[in-house]
Amino acid sequence: MLELAIKGSRKYWGLIFFLLAIIGIGFIFYLKQFSYGLGITGMSRDVSWGFYIGQFTFLVGVAAAAVMVVLPYYLHNYKKFGRITVIAEFLAIPSVIMCMLFIFVDMGQPTRVLNVLLHPTPNSVMFFDMLVLSGYLFWNLLVGWTVLGAERKGGPPPAWIKPFIYIAIAWAPSIHIVTAFLYSGLPGRHFWLSAIMAARFLASAFSSGPSLIIILCFIVRRFTKFDPGKEAIQALGKIVTYAMIINVLFLGFEFFTAFYSTIPGHTHPFIYLYKGLDGHGKLVPIMWLSTILSLLALILLVIPQIRRNETALGIASLSVFFALWMDKGFGLVVGGFVPNPFERVFEYWPTKPEAFITLGVWGIGFLVLTILYKIATSVKEEAVFDKYGEKQVRT
Amino acid sequence: MYDGWKVILGLIIFIGIVTFPILYDIGKASVPPPEPKIDTPEIQKMVEKKCVEPKSFMKTEHMVLLNNWRDWYVREGKTVYLTADGREYNISLANTCMKCHSNKKKFCDECHNYAAVKPYCWDCHIEPKEGGQT
Amino acid sequence: MSISRREFLKIAGASAIVGLGGISAIDILLPGQFEASQLEKNPKALIGKRWGMVIDMKKLDEETMKKCIDACHRIHNVPNFGNPKDEVKWIWKETFEHAFPGQESEYMGEGMKNMPFLVLCNQCDNPPCVRVCPTKATFKRSDGIVMMDMHRCIGCRFCMAACPFGARSFNWRDPRPFVKEENKEYPTRTKGVVEKCTLCYERLAVGLKPACVEESKGALIFGDLADPTSEIRKVLGLRYTIRRKSELGTNPSVYYII
Repeated sequence: MLELAIKGSRKYWGLIFFLLAIIGIGFIFYLKQFSYGLGITGMSRDVSWGFYIGQFTFLVGVAAAAVMVVLPYYLHNYKKFGRITVIAEFLAIPSVIMCMLFIFVDMGQPTRVLNVLLHPTPNSVMFFDMLVLSGYLFWNLLVGWTVLGAERKGGPPPAWIKPFIYIAIAWAPSIHIVTAFLYSGLPGRHFWLSAIMAARFLASAFSSGPSLIIILCFIVRRFTKFDPGKEAIQALGKIVTYAMIINVLFLGFEFFTAFYSTIPGHTHPFIYLYKGLDGHGKLVPIMWLSTILSLLALILLVIPQIRRNETALGIASLSVFFALWMDKGFGLVVGGFVPNPFERVFEYWPTKPEAFITLGVWGIGFLVLTILYKIATSVKEEAVFDKYGEKQVRT
Repeated sequence: MYDGWKVILGLIIFIGIVTFPILYDIGKASVPPPEPKIDTPEIQKMVEKKCVEPKSFMKTEHMVLLNNWRDWYVREGKTVYLTADGREYNISLANTCMKCHSNKKKFCDECHNYAAVKPYCWDCHIEPKEGGQT
Repeated sequence: MSISRREFLKIAGASAIVGLGGISAIDILLPGQFEASQLEKNPKALIGKRWGMVIDMKKLDEETMKKCIDACHRIHNVPNFGNPKDEVKWIWKETFEHAFPGQESEYMGEGMKNMPFLVLCNQCDNPPCVRVCPTKATFKRSDGIVMMDMHRCIGCRFCMAACPFGARSFNWRDPRPFVKEENKEYPTRTKGVVEKCTLCYERLAVGLKPACVEESKGALIFGDLADPTSEIRKVLGLRYTIRRKSELGTNPSVYYII
């Protein structure tokens, strides 16, 4: 099926080479980082995790969101999602790859990465994170490829794939819960030391992931002949709506616990993020932008007449995606380190090399996504009818 | 052959890449075998010129010995190594091995350069100054 | 017998994996050449079950604190980067209100609030940094020291996030150019690994007390907390001491007499 990725229009190849260029630039900056050290980034003794780990945290959520399409279809026979299960799984794959790459570029001694496998440490949450991420990548590759291959041959998927689908469905929340556990079990970081950290991660995953799937469905519908289906997109919109409501509520719950208890360890990080602490407030505009975008998105999503309008839904999905990208990909990580264990404020901001390396990794993710989607849409264009006999291509 | 010219071109490029290491050195003088020198002042002062283990063993297994020393000292806190014939040595690269073999360039690097091996010990462990001074 | 290209690639790939995996498995499972009986401890070594320290702030002045810090950083080749972003420190001075956040009050005298304290890794008995390390590069020794294995550290910095005391430093760049005078008998570190105070395990192994303790003129009392007859236990039994963030349950082994 890979050969479907080398036959494409000029626009397709233009996109491929554009992404390769971004990856190349990121790679050159990574070589600089490899020789100089991680000091080339904005990270410091006090803020020892930054943009890279933030992107990883955000993308783990996006990866897990495939379950929001796969679960209703396979467990509850929601037929409208039948066309896009592969689309969702083929988003999970590059997301997990990006997660692993962000961890890799964040490591101080990347050549020693195999130590995690050579010296397994079950008491370390990071060890489990590596296991569940690798497993999830494997399940999605296996399931997505097999199901798409069956569609190409024109028949049902083989029976042996069913248990792997169920495993993948159960595995999806695990990658997210384990990543949340990285944060919520650390005794000294009161911003993260919250029981609902894992729940917040799930809620934000199931908002940001499906909203990206919605945007990708619009793009696929515009640039290929494959039509994901109006009802499927609307169902995803409803999922994003409820997940986003819960996500915003959970953030509100955290605010309540912090500010009603007035415990300084809990309030200070919030004050730093949303107001500024001791004269330092680099992240304040970002957090407020994230809040405004979230509320805008909620208004567009909650009102059904607006949500049914696909332009409005697209704007809302973009808002959700970017709002959560800022909140989880930046605010969450930095907030845990500011103020530091000595109640001093030391700020963090990504540097230029850090930004280009990040872009390079996103480029790799989008390249894998483009290739996989090219394959998937080509197969579906050729099949013309989905397994329920409905036309899945535009004429 | 269908698309024959593509296949043959690909084969030529492949063979070129795979045999590049050999083609690169055609005509160049052969590199002489390594000759690690053990004539440092400390070794010359020794009555019985013995290393921790016999020379033949060290030649093939010094990396294994050093890896074990590293784990015993750092991870298990064991500081003294007893050889098979009852001699004691402090487990330390800088303070035992390099005290006698203080000429890294003429000893360690001789074979390592020949074999194109770059052990990363020296990223952290301080190399002894040349000339046998400590 | 004809075979499709796909079948051929599948067989080739599977054989490669089995071959490589088999070789690695044999390598890993082969018995080693060294016997455990070849190892001994130095007879002079200090033995303990849980090393700890009492820092008597009444006996410490700024000059002595500086001597302790310099001694530690000198013999361990701790680099001086000169900026707080890349800073590496194993032991340093911190004011009371920052070393014990939450303990200060608005009616406390400025002198007390700004009183300098010597802070270092607390060598916790229940260390969160050890719990989170994915490779056991940081681990607890049988004598209670929370140790660093610089060879195994992958530089993920999870331990730095986990430490509630900010005791750990990362080498954001190559430290060698920033080490003023190298102590040839101790290694430096390389970029990309985490480091911290390791309670001078290399000195304990040859019967010496930690460097900061030696320089402190008796202000730092070092001993085995598990030995009820030790001097440190007597001091802890007689005097009131506080520990940093003891409510977090990490069980620090460094006590302060104010």
